[in-house]
Amino acid sequence: MIYLDNSATTKPHPSVLESFQQVSSTYFANPSSIHQLGGTAEKLLLTAKKQAADILGIGVDEVIFTSGGTEGNNTAVKGIALEHQGRGKHIITSSIEHPSIYEACQSLETLGFEVTYLPVDKNGVVSVTELEKAIRNDTILISIMHVNNETGSIQPIEKIGKIAKNYPKLFFHVDAVQSIGKVPLQLKNSGIDICTFSGHKIHGLKGTGMLYINNRTKLFPLLHGGNQEYSLRSGTENLAGSVSFVKALRMMKEREKNEMNHLLNMKSYLYDALKAMDGVEVNTAEHAAAHIINMSVPGIKPEVIIHMLGEQEIYISTKSACSSKLKDESKVLAACGFGRDRTTTALRVSLSYDNTMEEMKLFVQALKKAIKQFKEAME
Amino acid sequence: MQYDHILIRYGEMALKGKNIKQFIIRLQENIQAKLKDYPNVKVKRTQGRMFVLLHGEDPKPIMDKLQKIFGIHSLSLAIKVDNDLEKIKEAALYALKENNNVQTFKMTVKRINKDFPVRSQELTQILGGHLLKNTEDIHVNVHQPDLEVKVEIRLEATYITSSVIPGLGGLPVGTSGKSLLLLSGGIDSPVAGYLAMKRGVQLEAIHFHSPPFTSERAKQKVLDLAKQLTKYGKAIKIHIVPFTKLQQEIFREMPDEYAMTIMRRMMFRISERVCEQESILSLTTGENLGQVASQTMESMHAINEVTNYPIIRPLVAMDKQEVITISQEIGTYETSILPYEDCCTIFVPKSPKTKPKRVKINYYESTHDFTATLEEAIENIEIVTVYDKKDIEESFSDLF
Repeated sequence: MIYLDNSATTKPHPSVLESFQQVSSTYFANPSSIHQLGGTAEKLLLTAKKQAADILGIGVDEVIFTSGGTEGNNTAVKGIALEHQGRGKHIITSSIEHPSIYEACQSLETLGFEVTYLPVDKNGVVSVTELEKAIRNDTILISIMHVNNETGSIQPIEKIGKIAKNYPKLFFHVDAVQSIGKVPLQLKNSGIDICTFSGHKIHGLKGTGMLYINNRTKLFPLLHGGNQEYSLRSGTENLAGSVSFVKALRMMKEREKNEMNHLLNMKSYLYDALKAMDGVEVNTAEHAAAHIINMSVPGIKPEVIIHMLGEQEIYISTKSACSSKLKDESKVLAACGFGRDRTTTALRVSLSYDNTMEEMKLFVQALKKAIKQFKEAME
Repeated sequence: MQYDHILIRYGEMALKGKNIKQFIIRLQENIQAKLKDYPNVKVKRTQGRMFVLLHGEDPKPIMDKLQKIFGIHSLSLAIKVDNDLEKIKEAALYALKENNNVQTFKMTVKRINKDFPVRSQELTQILGGHLLKNTEDIHVNVHQPDLEVKVEIRLEATYITSSVIPGLGGLPVGTSGKSLLLLSGGIDSPVAGYLAMKRGVQLEAIHFHSPPFTSERAKQKVLDLAKQLTKYGKAIKIHIVPFTKLQQEIFREMPDEYAMTIMRRMMFRISERVCEQESILSLTTGENLGQVASQTMESMHAINEVTNYPIIRPLVAMDKQEVITISQEIGTYETSILPYEDCCTIFVPKSPKTKPKRVKINYYESTHDFTATLEEAIENIEIVTVYDKKDIEESFSDLF
């Protein structure tokens, strides 16, 4: 099997599963229970937070465990909107955000909020100048993703953070679900107020994730109840999930440090091979994240290629898994200015540190063969 | 171009006389201890200053650590370049651009190396001009600049610094001897410990634990608080006194309204004994005049009778809000407000005396012999040491 759909989800690391199982069976008590077993569970939860805080260079009380990317993004966008609507009702985001941001913003529009969707250039990057121009007196939130899930384009988060710092009335949220462990991002003193992470994109488990919410940021919780997670997210803590998330995070950060070259080598091999391949148009710009390459094969329905490769146990995807069931074109590629011939025929290859150069070579051969077969059959 | 060292200016200890060397050496040791996770980093002393040589390490986390060390007046990131005009220009521009939100600057040049061909006055103009040409919307203001870019041309090299970041001030921990902090778990005592450390005191702590009435969590809370304090100093040894039996005896044998005062006297007696054992010369408490029943002038007078050790009470003249502000700054507040019962809150008499009298207390104490129970408590003190390092509890370690 050659698994190249790591931006949809990753295979959980065995030691992450082990942690999950061990915590589930040994420390199953409710961390809020007063008895000793609850005390141990609470201590473990705090240890998990400390670990996460250390790894990310943030404060322990800035770590909120969640169920993943969609919850994190919804909490950030709706939470800021509801809490600070008295200040203003304007939100700035980009036209290439993940549906959990995009749809959340659209839902807020029905409640009377105004949203500016910033365009992107052909490389899939928002303009910092345009962004600053869009800021108004009633802007309360800027939400921009770090790495785009379809094209791998990297947004100028550092520059946006510097701008955001000059507007203390608004908050800056970053969706880092696709970038964590693969593209470096500084949180502390970066102007970022909230940042979303997800466990299952980093060889962790589905249903796990984390939000960074810095100390100055107040938001209206989506979930009310027993006041867990500093009242920002009520509900009995998913202790086993949280511990396993932190373990996945640690391993991912270590691999980022030690194995980045491996990822870059695979990407540059793929990039060159796909550029040179007949019938293939590469949509990802050269300076993008090391783990995502988007391409189009105009004239061939992407599903056809996915299934042809799937028969050989090579797994890639069409646009993002969350929107790939819709038959329409890729919104993200359309926003980059590509024509329908490319926006309706896009394929995504997404890598993990687990992939090998050998797999890249096999994939390139298989893709070449599949395109050739299809074209011969049509002639 | 990148920052390659950090310049450290001394706090109050710069005013010391002949013994200044001890203070400086202690500060250097304290800094080295805090930076031992960075093996490439070196700490060097020179005339009147100290340098942390980064050797390629990221300055940010190191600056964070230095900002928690007592005895440092201020810090500046600095660049060292050859005595070459072009290189100096480049470095000065870097030092300006690295700082956000700067609208005005001032250029200061010191030419200690008189062999350098351009004189200070002229060099100031050249460098100032270079910065103005290469930036937008930044002006010169020699009176109240947002940022002062300093260039110091020395014999061996030129040093360029810009922003001055304040340190904590105070004296290096360890230069004023040891004190035993009565650590309860509330908001006040950790702040008292912090302020004592600011004056160069090295802490040990004592905590009175009353299981099963007070939980493991209450004890853990105290260890966590002590651990937070180690960020500002050294490892802290905590003497945990099993207090249940003595406390029950006090409340059984003594009149209700005096029990609280007598309990405090017992705490001081035990603390003094620990001081004797550990060669500690003073106690530190979070007492604050007039705050609660046990902290009236009469109450302090009554409690203080049992020891003639000096008692450092850094909070004595502070308002509650001032104490809370400090506890938030030093990161103990969130832990302090966790709602676990401690030994002082489980047996609360209905109406404690706010004006207890020594004569009466001495009379009541003379009616019962606490010696055996007191000795037993001292005998069974548990000692835990907390360190300023990340330690995952052993049973959890393989989970992460």
